Amino acid sequence: MDGSRYDDGSTDALSGEQKIRNFNINFGPQHPAAHGVLRLVLELDGEIVERCDPHIGLLHRGTEKLMESRTYLQNLPYFDRLDYVAPMNQEHAWCLAIEKLTGVEVPRRASLIRVLYSEIGRVLNHLLNVTTQAMDVGALTPPLWGFEEREKLMVFYERACGARLHAAYFRPGGVHQDLPPELLDDIETWSHEFPAVLDDIDGLLTENRIFKQRNCDIGVVTEEDIQQYGFSGVMVRGSGLAWDLRRAQPYECYDEFEFQIPVGKNGDCYDRYLVRMEEMRQSVSIIRQAIAKLRDCPGDILARGKITPPKRSDMKTSMESLIHHFKLYTEGFHVPAGEVYAAVEAPKGEFGVYLVADGTNKPYRAKLRAPGFLHLQAMDHVAKGHQLADVAAIIGTMDVVFGEIDR
Amino acid sequence: MSEALKELGTHIELKRTDCVLSWTVAHDELTVDVAPSSLVEFVEFLKTDQNCKFSTLVDITGVDYPERAKRFDVVYHFLSMYQNQRIRIRISVREEDMVPSIVDVHPSANWFEREVFDMFGILFSGHPDLRRILTDYGFRGYPLRKDFPTTGYIEVRYDEAQKRVVYEPVSLVQEYRQFDFMSPWEGANYVLPGDEKQET
Repeated sequence: MDGSRYDDGSTDALSGEQKIRNFNINFGPQHPAAHGVLRLVLELDGEIVERCDPHIGLLHRGTEKLMESRTYLQNLPYFDRLDYVAPMNQEHAWCLAIEKLTGVEVPRRASLIRVLYSEIGRVLNHLLNVTTQAMDVGALTPPLWGFEEREKLMVFYERACGARLHAAYFRPGGVHQDLPPELLDDIETWSHEFPAVLDDIDGLLTENRIFKQRNCDIGVVTEEDIQQYGFSGVMVRGSGLAWDLRRAQPYECYDEFEFQIPVGKNGDCYDRYLVRMEEMRQSVSIIRQAIAKLRDCPGDILARGKITPPKRSDMKTSMESLIHHFKLYTEGFHVPAGEVYAAVEAPKGEFGVYLVADGTNKPYRAKLRAPGFLHLQAMDHVAKGHQLADVAAIIGTMDVVFGEIDR
Repeated sequence: MSEALKELGTHIELKRTDCVLSWTVAHDELTVDVAPSSLVEFVEFLKTDQNCKFSTLVDITGVDYPERAKRFDVVYHFLSMYQNQRIRIRISVREEDMVPSIVDVHPSANWFEREVFDMFGILFSGHPDLRRILTDYGFRGYPLRKDFPTTGYIEVRYDEAQKRVVYEPVSLVQEYRQFDFMSPWEGANYVLPGDEKQET
């Protein structure tokens, strides 16, 4: 049958000008390329995406609500569970917000440790993102190599704070514990070995024909898009704008480190991949500088005072210290009333915390501003007109993680 | 830093006297209070004015103060990548008030406004698609309001017998633990057990 005549001999009155409906499909929430629990409702015209409606919230845990009934210190571990790919960078924003309100000065050694571990977090994140994005577009080896390096980095996390992922290491007023010198040596050894691994991954992907076919000119982001959709991080730098909070609005002690800000030219997925690769190399350089500075800078790692615990040895001899310790871990410290917005350049973009304090030991309201939220919002705009297969590539380079988007 | 912000605050107040209710600089951050009716015009001014150029919307969120007549604060954060400066805009609204949507000026406001609607129940007039965003399909209530319990009202589980997910009212086997460790010596207003009888 040719389609114009039915079995009973009748014909379709509309044949020749039949209306073809667009096809709606569900992408996810159980799709390996959805990077978590993303449900996309895609309207397809053949293989071309006409409309893309992301449904988020499948991982919503009500973090902001929970935070309102917990003390400032109890809230810290929630930040590890936002962007669980680079946990310490999130904690950093929370600590900065509290320190801004209380006016606490972080000791220099703690500041350097924070920079060191923020950069390790950046490498952790970019390794995962670059390699899994490569897997989304057909390469299998990069994730295997990348995860091996991630494993080493998570061991450094573990040796600093005792946990591979949910660190709770950055504390308001400094960091939890000092780093042993052997750990610094090992991180330095790693920082000399890692560039070779990065070159290997580079050799697998950068000039790979399939990888380029899947990424070049896909998901082009222009300067106007950036402003319209509030992009940040690599999504901005991939399009040629050298915007980096570490440079533009330096926090911690980033202003004394030397690093370059890589930028892309075309703003497509391939440029964002290249930017991430180069950022990892810059991070390794920052890590080396931080280690050198840490060796010259012994000292305390907590600003001793109301918001930090006393030294263990003091607690054995001083009654006041013991009381202070007890009250700090039960009642918690009080933060003066006020509102503050603190942002860090997390690996994915600008991660911010808007904190409203009312003078008690619990935040009145804390809003977590996740970069991925805005990136995913622009999905409809970026993916429109692309093929279905490109959706996976675009999600990959947008670097979405649902821990932070759904909160 | 704060000198520049004060300059900026004065500049904005001079240019838009009718919109700005008040402005302050605290913790190196500029906060401008605006009337809801002039919000869209003011945001557009911030975007186009050469000294402001607040072209990126960073965040929209709400804050609930149940004891106030104008119950909600809606807080907007903007960033200028060109001038390297930030600003916070705050409007106060009653529970039944509609807030004008700024989606036409900043398309990125779309999901933020949906989130504020989802979490606080504040309606935005002129929003193209004001659906819930983070909560479950068919969710009721506005979780981030202060009068919404942290435990919620509904719990979800998979029922082995019915072979599907069932929704039930929350039943806690143990009281939700809200420890109060506030020091009874400073600031806290305590009614110690037995004290309530003292008055009568």
